[in-house]
Amino acid sequence: MGIWQSYRMRLRRKRAKVRAFRKHFSLRPVADRTGDIRPGDVLLFSTLRDEYVRLPYFLQYYRDLGIGHFLIVDNDSSDGGTDYLARQPDVSLWTTKASYKRARFGVDWLNWLQGRYGHGHWTLVVDPDEFFIYPFCDTRPIRALTDWLDSSAVRSFGAMLLDMYPKGRIDAAPYRAGQDPLEIAAWFDPGNYMIRKNRLYGNLWIQGGPRARVFFADNPKKAPALNKTPLVRWDRRYAYDSSTHMLLPRGLNLTYDEWGGERASGILLHAKFLDRFTAKAEEELIRRQHYAGSVEYRAYAAHARDNPELWCKWSEKYINWRQLEILGLMSKGNWA
Amino acid sequence: MSLGIVMLVHTAFGRAEQVARHWAASGCPLVIHVDRAVPRKAYDAFVRSLSDLPDLRFAKRHRCEWGMWGLVAATQNASEIMLREFPEVRHVYLASGSCLPLRPVQELIDYLAARPHTDFIESATTADVPWTIGGLDQERFTLRFPFSWRKHRFLFDKYVALQRLVRLRRRMPNGILPHMGSQWWCLTRQTLSAILQDPERATYERYFSKVWIPDESYFQTLARQYSRQIESRSLTLSKFDYQGKPHIFYDDHLQLLRRSDCFVARKIWPHANRLYEAFLTDQAGAMKRTEPNPGKIDRIFAKAVERRTCGRPGLYMQSRFPVEGRENGLTCAPYSVFEGFSDLFENFESWLARMTAMRVHGHIFAPERVEFADGQTIMAGALSDSAALRDYNPRAFLASLIWNTRGERQCFQLGPKDMFQAVEWDIVKDPNAQISVISGAWAVPLFQSNANFADIRCEAARLQQIEAQHLKVLRSQWVRAKVRIWTMAEFIESPMEPLQAIIDEIGKANPRGLAEVPRMTDLTGFGQFLQVLKNQGMHPYLMGDFSAEAGLHHPSDGQRKPYLVR
Repeated sequence: MGIWQSYRMRLRRKRAKVRAFRKHFSLRPVADRTGDIRPGDVLLFSTLRDEYVRLPYFLQYYRDLGIGHFLIVDNDSSDGGTDYLARQPDVSLWTTKASYKRARFGVDWLNWLQGRYGHGHWTLVVDPDEFFIYPFCDTRPIRALTDWLDSSAVRSFGAMLLDMYPKGRIDAAPYRAGQDPLEIAAWFDPGNYMIRKNRLYGNLWIQGGPRARVFFADNPKKAPALNKTPLVRWDRRYAYDSSTHMLLPRGLNLTYDEWGGERASGILLHAKFLDRFTAKAEEELIRRQHYAGSVEYRAYAAHARDNPELWCKWSEKYINWRQLEILGLMSKGNWA
Repeated sequence: MSLGIVMLVHTAFGRAEQVARHWAASGCPLVIHVDRAVPRKAYDAFVRSLSDLPDLRFAKRHRCEWGMWGLVAATQNASEIMLREFPEVRHVYLASGSCLPLRPVQELIDYLAARPHTDFIESATTADVPWTIGGLDQERFTLRFPFSWRKHRFLFDKYVALQRLVRLRRRMPNGILPHMGSQWWCLTRQTLSAILQDPERATYERYFSKVWIPDESYFQTLARQYSRQIESRSLTLSKFDYQGKPHIFYDDHLQLLRRSDCFVARKIWPHANRLYEAFLTDQAGAMKRTEPNPGKIDRIFAKAVERRTCGRPGLYMQSRFPVEGRENGLTCAPYSVFEGFSDLFENFESWLARMTAMRVHGHIFAPERVEFADGQTIMAGALSDSAALRDYNPRAFLASLIWNTRGERQCFQLGPKDMFQAVEWDIVKDPNAQISVISGAWAVPLFQSNANFADIRCEAARLQQIEAQHLKVLRSQWVRAKVRIWTMAEFIESPMEPLQAIIDEIGKANPRGLAEVPRMTDLTGFGQFLQVLKNQGMHPYLMGDFSAEAGLHHPSDGQRKPYLVR
């Protein structure tokens, strides 16, 4: 990497910081409990809209992992989730009516909050439909992972998105609040992922899974990216550049090994495909607030009308992280 | 009171206190050293929390940085206090705040009492052990290391390079032979006092204070000078990963630690409540030990290191994406590629599937769709048969196919009509690939087709060009696959021998030879067909020499089956 390119990346990072500063004026605090954050807490950052039904399980799942505090941006929800979140003792909540798209899909808001409250903490950035899985997550709290990363002098931890889906029609089984969504969306594609390296940012660009297989079989280039780096030991100089797929400075994207070995990595179980999905896809199509002119949602809506089944006979049913490890979707690396 | 504990603490004071009390409860005097980097307030609180223990002293605080002299100075200082204040101590055990006694302390005391003159210190010469990480083995004793590796990496590296450049060397004081080993030892009063009261101590200190990681060599080297009986092993179970940093034990290692035969384990995660509970408070329960099996611990950690350094060959995933040449094999298992066979034989794929235990695919790189075995549209791992998806990343496609079907050998057809160019080199350089080629067999479907001859001629020219290029690749010097090439003429002379050889190599065939042979296409008039192509100015040469007279290579239809005499 030449000096010129490094400088360009620096400018990009600065621009992301400036954007975060500009966009933070639209955030209005609803419940600010950030005073309760203790040093060493792992913090969770999320932005959401109309996800009330998912919230009880989401909060419980991450509390069980050992998250210390939730910092959430609510983008103009109208389903009562705002009040629910504001009542939680470990949640700090901001609300905004501003455009999700103009805030670069929420990244600007979260960059601001992370810079403000995440400095020196391990921060986890996930959506309400993403469930973080890491090696030994059934026996060790997230603090064990972050302590180990600290002692290995590692600043970021990658976790690929793994799309989960139900067997049968997506809208067949209704999801009830508080229920484990993985009871319904229990299946995933075990081995059809395609990886490319992004030379500029150094991150891996991963595509594939059921979305590529069903919705983008004719146009794979447009298939959504699955690589994410959700867990970062945050510093106020860091910034997510586009969603949680890319980070700046670029060194944070190097969550993989290039010399044949395996680094430790996790998985984000993506329980997006529940019964509400079809309705949500149509709604998002009208709002046009998603990436690349909502190309993803257009493809979903087109397919969803005639055959919303993602399951196939080679789909695997989710059991635990060890299963994902054996399948080669994640790795323990040298953590034992 | 024959055992004294020197404890080095720098963090997790709650746990350190717990462990200190555990030692003290068995009557072991303690000297605790706390890193100077610890804030005054935390230190004072820690001292206060332990103020009720009578046989406990605190040593003068040094700055303990990994790989630097401070750790040794702290140990020396604390050991001196131990020897001076507790004259009845016979063995001194060096432990850290994150060490956890696995067996009752009394067992350790009895064990040491039975060996009153033995020093337990891992100590080996640098030439004999491959422990060191980072290429500094002998050099850690012959160069000077005044800069911290953690904080001033740049200066550290540059100064090493400079010393190498000017060939600066240090001589060992008094001609001692440097040894190294685990930092955690248990020495007798005699040996330890001899080291600490040595008249040459200043000389050694001067030398070792500029050695790289002196805490792993100072006592290890000097113990060799004075000890009457050295047992070169550490009583502390401590595993290191490939970067030389200790593995950490968690709650889920409880069963594993019970099977260890070591007295003390390190390093324990401070929040591993179950471990501390089991080994410190519930002694009786923890000691319901099963058969000791320390090898299991070794295996688990050795495997972790191997996974981190070598990974699983043939796996491409979010945290393993090797650069070219470091893949350790593109794929994870052997597979077979057949070129031209399905053109020459009518029922080749079904025959091969019957003869071997392989999964036989069609042309998986066909332009229209992926021809998976048995006409499936989706394959193991939920691989789609979409040609667009495959061609988007054919390398990932092939690696995934082989990875997803681990345990079952895969085989597929390839031909000049296929879209294999993007993975051609990957296959050819893959030692797992077994490639068998009948060159020129692509002409058979043309020969049988019902197309206009001008089109056939055009297509023949195109396919021949592609295959000629492909054969050039297969014959290049970078080939690592197992490649066999026959011209078509050569092959049909005696088709069974090569087939038998290929299938033998796959190794799943019937040991008594092939029970059944595939049916060859009727080639009556094929020589004539080639001659016509030649007459039109398009010279088909890849299939070898076919006589223009019809019937020369006439497969005796239904009369005589080729068979192999073994």
